[in-house]
Amino acid sequence: MIIGGIVFVIIAIIAIGSALGMLLSRNTVYAALFLIINFVTISTLYFILGAPFIALAQITIYAGSIMVLFLFVIMLLGTEKLPRSKAMPWQKPLAIGLSCLLLIESGVLIYQQALRPSGWPALVESVTSPSDIGLALFSQYLLPFEITSVILLAAVVGAIYLTRPERIRRKSGTDERSEP
Amino acid sequence: MNLVPLVYFIALASIMFILGVLGVLLRRNALVIFMSLELMFNAANLSFVAFGRFYQIIDGQLFVFFVMTVAAAEVAVGLALIVAIYRSRGSIDVDNMNVLKG
Repeated sequence: MIIGGIVFVIIAIIAIGSALGMLLSRNTVYAALFLIINFVTISTLYFILGAPFIALAQITIYAGSIMVLFLFVIMLLGTEKLPRSKAMPWQKPLAIGLSCLLLIESGVLIYQQALRPSGWPALVESVTSPSDIGLALFSQYLLPFEITSVILLAAVVGAIYLTRPERIRRKSGTDERSEP
Repeated sequence: MNLVPLVYFIALASIMFILGVLGVLLRRNALVIFMSLELMFNAANLSFVAFGRFYQIIDGQLFVFFVMTVAAAEVAVGLALIVAIYRSRGSIDVDNMNVLKG
């Protein structure tokens, strides 16, 4: 309990610190790198929770591909730094106050649930093997899996359409109009 | 090693979710807002896996898998939109995105 608690607290401090670093850094590249640190620490938590498949998927999908996409876009647009804008001065205190309210609310709920004798389930040692996940994915969750592939296809087509150069889009538009 | 109670994981997930909410509300850079969205997805994923682990069901991990794929699709479309907006407007400050006409 004590060693596990210490390890968990260290990982949690790294996760919260990297999230705060992402929130506060003015440079977008630093924010992306802080977020990668956060993803890796969360994947170690998945390992502790006995979910190795999800932990490795987290590293490959999030830290590997999504953040590389982010960094590509940041460097493509050249918008590492934005000037501070003073559009809505009342927004910052309001956002911080409402977030503190949400934090207090969730803290009270978690505390009340923890006080109950049968509030949280007991712990059983187990590791979910990737083959179990594969079996469930292709038997019980087959339809959502196929729908996910359609979503990914639609996202790829949409991304390609949105980032086409303006010239080609206008030309194809006139072609469509002149065809009938 | 594995004797950390579930409360710790849920508390960490809620703190990370609130940090993500703060990022969405406070930052004006569209890319950082997207990153904060990813942080909130991660907090939800962490609580999914923690609850699934403690209740001994596999469905939590499968839901995390689906959330990851949908997040990947969302990031692809969202970043394409940001690139398109930057081309037409010359900025990715969300305060400047106040008209629908391109």
